[in-house]
Amino acid sequence: MSEPTPSLYQKRIQIHPRSVKGQFRNLKTGVLVLAYLVFFLLPWLRWDRPNAPDQAVLYDLPGRHFYIFGLTIQVQDIFWLAGVLIIFAILLFFVTGLAGRVWCGYFCFQTLWTDLYMMVEKWIQGDRPARIRLDKGPWNREKFIKRGGTYAIWLFIAFWSGLSFTMYWVDAPTLVVDFLLGRAPYAAYFTTFFLTTTTFVMAGLAREQVCVYMCPYARFQSAMFDHDTLIISYEAKRGEGTQGRAKLGKGMKTREERQAQGAGDCIDCGYCVQVCPVGIDIRNGLQYQCISCALCIDACDTIMDNQKWPRGLIHYTSENALQGRKTTLLKPKTVGYGVILTAATVLLIWSVVTRSPYTGMVEQIRQPLYTQLSDGSIRNTYEIKLNNKLTAPMTVGIRIEGLPGAVLDMDSMERLKLAPQERIKLLARVQIPPVQDDSGKKNDRDEVTFVIEALEGATAEPIRREVPFYVPEGD
Amino acid sequence: MSDKTANTQQSSGTVQTTGHAWDGDLQEYNNPLPRWWLWCFYGTIVFSILYWFVYPSWPVGDTWIKGTGTVDYTVVDKGTGKEQAKEYRWNTRSLLLEDLGAAATDPQRKAMLAKVEAADYDQIVKDPKMMEFVRSVGKGLFGDNCAACHGRGGQGVVGLYPNLTDDDWLWGGKMAKINETLMQGRKGFMPAFGPVLKPEQLDDVAEYVLTLSNEAQPSEASARGKEIFQGQVGGCYYCHGADAKGLPSQGSANLTDKIWAIVNIPALKTPQEKQAALKTFISNGVNNTRVMPAWKDRLSSTDIKLLAVYVHQLSGVK
Repeated sequence: MSEPTPSLYQKRIQIHPRSVKGQFRNLKTGVLVLAYLVFFLLPWLRWDRPNAPDQAVLYDLPGRHFYIFGLTIQVQDIFWLAGVLIIFAILLFFVTGLAGRVWCGYFCFQTLWTDLYMMVEKWIQGDRPARIRLDKGPWNREKFIKRGGTYAIWLFIAFWSGLSFTMYWVDAPTLVVDFLLGRAPYAAYFTTFFLTTTTFVMAGLAREQVCVYMCPYARFQSAMFDHDTLIISYEAKRGEGTQGRAKLGKGMKTREERQAQGAGDCIDCGYCVQVCPVGIDIRNGLQYQCISCALCIDACDTIMDNQKWPRGLIHYTSENALQGRKTTLLKPKTVGYGVILTAATVLLIWSVVTRSPYTGMVEQIRQPLYTQLSDGSIRNTYEIKLNNKLTAPMTVGIRIEGLPGAVLDMDSMERLKLAPQERIKLLARVQIPPVQDDSGKKNDRDEVTFVIEALEGATAEPIRREVPFYVPEGD
Repeated sequence: MSDKTANTQQSSGTVQTTGHAWDGDLQEYNNPLPRWWLWCFYGTIVFSILYWFVYPSWPVGDTWIKGTGTVDYTVVDKGTGKEQAKEYRWNTRSLLLEDLGAAATDPQRKAMLAKVEAADYDQIVKDPKMMEFVRSVGKGLFGDNCAACHGRGGQGVVGLYPNLTDDDWLWGGKMAKINETLMQGRKGFMPAFGPVLKPEQLDDVAEYVLTLSNEAQPSEASARGKEIFQGQVGGCYYCHGADAKGLPSQGSANLTDKIWAIVNIPALKTPQEKQAALKTFISNGVNNTRVMPAWKDRLSSTDIKLLAVYVHQLSGVK
């Protein structure tokens, strides 16, 4: 081969996206402001909660309690998290199948933080041309101050993002004070430092490379695409005409002049390429790098508005629409995802709403299975685990049913007051009189039902636990 | 579309290949990795080399690279409860010791231990939290020290080690008595009646003892046996009491209840077998076969107190 020795490793070409104004930019900025307001302010929101922390959203790992506004989640309800994750996954499938990479373009934290970092960059260093000049220029005083300033603000944003994340796991005001005084737990410093670093590197330096090389979602989302999925595309027929795109020039100014010469509406200004945060040219069609941020639509619309030509040379469309076919939204796939999504959401809400205020488990102690007492009566022992899920005290009563003549002995703990969120294990002995009947059944395994009731402080259906009761084997 | 994409990805305009050609014209596109990826890869190699020096890694001859890492842990003496800080090179055993030390010196556990230590037996039994703690710690202590003979759940072995879960106690089942048993140990004794009584007399006594717990119907033989039991010939009542209910001070068995700690009478089918087994036992007696060791020099008084409460709740004697 006569080609030069190929390079096995690719040097990154720095992308300097240009800023743009338009409806999608406004929408994106709206999402960004809303998301940041929630993320940064939520840990500071207080919530009146007797006997428990007053932070509205707090994930108390050491205490195994998760407080989300009025809802207190105990560890045994952690399967709700699985439910939430399943719902999010199906939502992603559903939305991606229908509207493409909406998550990537508008909501992903990589997109949001990169956007914020670019805003800072633009504010200090100026727009694209100024940044390119600065990038290529020597390391003089101006470059030093501008770059340094940018990095300093980035670093502060990164730090505050990391600290804000940490605030969700401990009391926020206490954490901030402790953090600055150097007496916060090690885990808080590690989490904050780790997220500061990753935020700075990912949003400040790596940017589009995260989407292109690292992100698994970016790759498997293409598997959910079909010909009806909403994509951002260049209207090639209109833009290229018969002779291809052409710059504005003499005799090529108005639409009529251009169309007469076979030129399309694309004036090849390159604005759509300059605003692209992943550095692609949308006019080359659907590409795996495209995160569907819609900024090229805004860019092209700005140009079309200037030319007083109709908007939409780059627009949301679908493969089918591009081919001149009909776009079908109501398909078995979308309906299926929709049904599963609705069912999963309803199930989760139902499960949360009908949660019990306490739990009670009964386990037989199996060594020994039974004990014969001196008067010949038979005893089995059980361990009862009680958990008050409320942030208020409650009284629980325990009794047994379904075993004739059985007596429950719990050393007078059959009626017990549980402190808020208290977990406790109790011992229960169940005793039946000597087995006299020789004619009846010779069963070595019977059953007894423990009834655990909320007597005070909560109303709920009694918990019934049927457990085995063993007696010596008959001959 | 795909042709366009392939073309535009190369800024030079021509498609770059890896430079090899197979079968004359088969070539491979060069899609190079990003350079930062390469540096991350080098970074992991450097990290792994540092890792070798810090943690145990390579075998060398009959030893191995032990690493510079160390683990600090606390050892708590079982008898005195003294804490001692130690350091040892990093290995999984050191990590285990670290965990054990952390558990033993846990402030919550210490506070609970102090509370149990200060409380008297009645207070402990009535307090759900203290009982939960005693059952949790006691299970470990029992498993370490008692389960070898008495079994994991305290059920014992008939004929060898007493069952601790029933309500029949040779030496008394109240917590204070159990504590005493644990501290001092016990030695069960019953003289051998083989040399004292004639075989027929042994038969009669055995028959009488069986009637005490309704294992046999009263008969002439049992009436003769009663005379031996209650009279000077056998003198059994000295230890077992005139009502045959045993004396905790002597550690003598209650012969009137359903529980047979040494001779497993309920397991035997025929009256002859039962009588024969009991007769053999009476003629041999108990001597140096049923010994409970003293624990006062092996366990701290707190541990013994915990064990006393734990063992008591197994049986639940009021």
